[in-house]
Amino acid sequence: MIGGFGEEQIRRYSRHIILPEVGGKGQKKLLESAALCIGAGGLGAPAIEYLAAAGVGTLGIIDDDVVDLSNLQRQVIHGGNVGIQKVKSAEQFVNRLNPDVNVVAYTERLNQDNILGIIRDYDFIIDGSDNFATRFLVNDACVFENKPLSHGSIFRFEGQVTTIVPHKGPCYRCLFEHAPPPGMVPSCQEAGVLGVLPGIIGIIQATEAIKYILGIGELLVGRLIYYDALNMSFDEIKIQWNKECPVCGEAPKIRSIAETTYAESCRVW
Amino acid sequence: MQNHAECGDTMAVAEIDLKGEVCPYTFVKTKLKLEELEIGDELVALYDHAPAVENVPRSLRNEGHKILGIKEIGDHLWQVRIQKV
Ligand SMILES: [Zn+2]
Repeated sequence: MIGGFGEEQIRRYSRHIILPEVGGKGQKKLLESAALCIGAGGLGAPAIEYLAAAGVGTLGIIDDDVVDLSNLQRQVIHGGNVGIQKVKSAEQFVNRLNPDVNVVAYTERLNQDNILGIIRDYDFIIDGSDNFATRFLVNDACVFENKPLSHGSIFRFEGQVTTIVPHKGPCYRCLFEHAPPPGMVPSCQEAGVLGVLPGIIGIIQATEAIKYILGIGELLVGRLIYYDALNMSFDEIKIQWNKECPVCGEAPKIRSIAETTYAESCRVW
Repeated sequence: MQNHAECGDTMAVAEIDLKGEVCPYTFVKTKLKLEELEIGDELVALYDHAPAVENVPRSLRNEGHKILGIKEIGDHLWQVRIQKV
């Protein structure tokens, strides 16, 4: 044992410890931290993979889905687990990769009744959900509970990702006040996705979580990265705090999760 | 760890025996040990891995620490004295 690290941990985390910005102190912060992944699908799976590898000590995973063969084109941690609950499959993966990580599995759907109680236990929230209703719900809950949040979404060859630190920068509703009308959302048939795309976006989300926990670098606060895999381009879009924002603006209309309607829309991917 | 007065200040001296350890763990373990100490404390490290004698002091200097001395104290055995900055 040196500095609280056992021999295996020293080897496992040596490439982190060597970094001046991390060191043993930073690694300890990671081990003592808790991150919540909303969804263990396209975005959640790669985020879980790297958060576990990094030694984020507590990893909450919420998903009510079962692994389907069509998931394996992009959700590589679920290999060999078709038919199993995604949270169980993810937990198996994490346990094999890094025994330092304690998985808290929620085999349920995130909703207005359970969200506040769940996010309260975590330092950083990764939204890997696949529909607008959940994204708005997660955003609003994180603003109310003051939880930093990474938003990611993907479509065909394109992805977007931004970090929300409530009251320190804009939130998701500063950008989009409401879900787009149903006709504007592509139908499920149209919602193809290049398998590598969510890997890139989900790992950017994990990177933000790790940086936030370590307190290093510049977060994607007030900035949205728009990634185009076909062009292989990363564009940065500045986002302003919206004074009229219904949840974090000067006179917010949304004051509680319970009294707000989060319409269920078709799953986009 | 022992304490002894030097220049009027109380400075701790710690030791770490890294015989049998190779790079990069020579540096990783030295760094972890330094993190346990207070600024100004001295660490005496032992290495028998020749590349470590060049690499570890260079990496420690990069992190801002002071190398007080490097001495070959035996056949393939080196003692490096480091001050935590
Ligand atoms: Zn807002």
